[in-house]
Amino acid sequence: QLEEEKDEDSFDMEVAVTNPEKIGKEYFFLTIFELMNRTFSVWRRFSDFLGLYEKLSVKHSLNGCIIPPPPEKSVVGMTKVKVGKDDSSSADFVERRRAALERYLQRVVCHPSLLQDPDVREFLERDELPRAVGTHTLSGAGFLKMINRASDAVSKMTIKISDSDAWFDNKLQEVESEELQLRKLHAVVDSLVNHRKELCGNTAVFAKSMAMLGNSEDNTALSRALSQLAEVEDKMETLHQEQAASDFFILAELLADYIRLLGAVRGCFEQRMKTWQRWQEAQSTLQKKREVEAKLLWANKPDKLQQAKEEITEWEGKVTQYERDFDRISVTVRKEFLRFEKQKSKDFKSQIVKYLESLLQSQQRHVKFWEAFLPEAKAIA
Amino acid sequence: LLRCFGCVLRVVVLLEGEPLAVNVDLQTDATLQVDISDALSERDKVKFTVHTKSTLPNFKQNEFSVVRQHEEFIWLHDSFVENEEYAGYIIPPAPPRPDFDASREKLQKLGEGEGSMTKEEFTKMKQELEAEYLAIFKKTVAMHEVFLCRVAAHPVLRKDMNFHVFLEYNQDLSVRGKNKREKMEDFFKNVVKSADGVLVAGVKDVDDFFEHEKTFLLEYHNRVKDASSKSDRMIRSHKNAADDINRIASTLYTLGTQDSTDVCKFFLKVSELFEKTRKIEARVAADEDLKLADLLKYYLRESQAAKDLLYRRGRALVDYENANKALDKARAKNKDVLQAETSQQVCCQKFEKISESAKQELIDFKTRRVAAFRKNLVELAELELKHAKGNLQLLQSCVGVLKGDT
Repeated sequence: QLEEEKDEDSFDMEVAVTNPEKIGKEYFFLTIFELMNRTFSVWRRFSDFLGLYEKLSVKHSLNGCIIPPPPEKSVVGMTKVKVGKDDSSSADFVERRRAALERYLQRVVCHPSLLQDPDVREFLERDELPRAVGTHTLSGAGFLKMINRASDAVSKMTIKISDSDAWFDNKLQEVESEELQLRKLHAVVDSLVNHRKELCGNTAVFAKSMAMLGNSEDNTALSRALSQLAEVEDKMETLHQEQAASDFFILAELLADYIRLLGAVRGCFEQRMKTWQRWQEAQSTLQKKREVEAKLLWANKPDKLQQAKEEITEWEGKVTQYERDFDRISVTVRKEFLRFEKQKSKDFKSQIVKYLESLLQSQQRHVKFWEAFLPEAKAIA
Repeated sequence: LLRCFGCVLRVVVLLEGEPLAVNVDLQTDATLQVDISDALSERDKVKFTVHTKSTLPNFKQNEFSVVRQHEEFIWLHDSFVENEEYAGYIIPPAPPRPDFDASREKLQKLGEGEGSMTKEEFTKMKQELEAEYLAIFKKTVAMHEVFLCRVAAHPVLRKDMNFHVFLEYNQDLSVRGKNKREKMEDFFKNVVKSADGVLVAGVKDVDDFFEHEKTFLLEYHNRVKDASSKSDRMIRSHKNAADDINRIASTLYTLGTQDSTDVCKFFLKVSELFEKTRKIEARVAADEDLKLADLLKYYLRESQAAKDLLYRRGRALVDYENANKALDKARAKNKDVLQAETSQQVCCQKFEKISESAKQELIDFKTRRVAAFRKNLVELAELELKHAKGNLQLLQSCVGVLKGDT
């Protein structure tokens, strides 16, 4: 009954966002794009990326396209950067932003319709872009508000037009419940990141106190073993730190991305509802116009009658147009959703496997460190 | 929920199979073997069944058991400390009071939050908290047992009358908790002691051995204290991370059961993996607790007991020196000379007796310490290795399956 989208010839474009460089008060990123053995590289600001999103949103969201949402603006992070604070947390922030921009851009170019868009092409190829305006509205909170406002204005469809509407209803419900679970998961992963960072700090402190104890110990072999234990714990600290970074950059960011993406998907569904609503309202307006015409026929007012007939024609046209719009958007949303699901499945699988591999490597080094320590412990006499 | 912990929790602690966490270089011989064969946890107290096997003639039977509570262990310990005859020995440190407060609080919180989580989550958390309670329980049993074993292994303390009464008298020892006046007396005793401690520590010892020991123990004790508290903090972070992984596993499971698509099956497999790895992580934290944290805590108490011995010797030295001065004075005035001579002799004998046994005790302490650290560090390393390899295998097989599927 439901046709799965045929595997279009997916021509996977590759983009990279690299080399963050601070010029003046803001960072520029080098955007590298490969196509047919040609490499384009251009420098872009963060606001350029936001500007791209805005342009795409204006053009495509009414069609039911799932526009990938941009990374969030962060007042705290940006202030640190502007103020010139050059510590590890601001380095982390820049890296986080760079990675998020890369994922964002990658999603844009993977979208078959968006890739055709001239604004996207311009973004990838033109040497210098005029500074985007009005992107201050696109902070993380602002973006969510936009989505939620759209959903507030929509009334639920009360009459099922066809079986496929049940499909849309089901999918929307799935999306909403999935978003809930992902938010929950994200909160827990966040907690894990924090606890691992804590573990990291506590391990370092413990290693030092172990080294001190080793210094005090007057049995030579035991003293040596305690110092070695302190060294092992130092190495553990490094492992915990790297693990916390994996937890964050691979897992937490994946979840954050998809929470935002699911918001965008909901937006599409709401957009379809709005289109349906417009069509319904046009039908009811047409009905009213017909009633007016009937009354005028009875009252025998030829001038007004002519006007009424013109209006009817106009609204008949609108009804047809809006019905066609609704059908078209339904097709697009369905297509977009299936494409999204496929991409999501691919993304989650590849990122989670990457995460597990990082855990794996960490455990391998765990084994090595303790294997090296064991003979030291056995040598105590 | 609280009801089940208000009621009785009985645990038969099989201590042959489970090596004691701390300090096991004790010669057990057939003449006197003591262990805790059973333990009962009631709302606010723990009842230990102390089981003795002995070929000594002082006991009426060869094998017998009595029930004792924590206060009675403390009474026994304090009776050793207050006994002048034992001033020259390291008194085995008293076991810490059984403390289930934190665990009980967590269980209470869980009961309050029952409405806000799914049945599976609740059951899971309840099982974990019960396991935690059980672990604390086993630990306190081990601590109390180690105290008794140390006494039984000590050539002099094992013959103590109070110890025999403790082991054999099958009625309540009626050792009520100290009343307020006694607690105040204790407080002042401690104040005086620490003032004296400063005095004594300042005096340089003629004997090199004891001088070295004093310097060593002061520094060692402080560093063990530091290491102990830092290890506790590290292990707590570890437990927290393991708890998070548990919640991740649960949420992934929920995500995985929403549908039967490819990605849902994927989530289920990953959830299963995390469920297993977090069990290992929890075990790692528990083993670090047993082999490292408990070891450090024990040597914190032992090194304090050793310091106390040095203090007592120092006090005896001061008394001896004062008696010498008094004797000189008496001779100068030619008044009460005999009395002063007797007093001086008593002090001298006391000091020499303490010094002699103290030297051996401190050497034994070092031997025990090195052996205990060796045993526990080796076991720690072996367990860390075992768990890391276990984790590694789980991850390798899961990644293999997941990659093969896609």
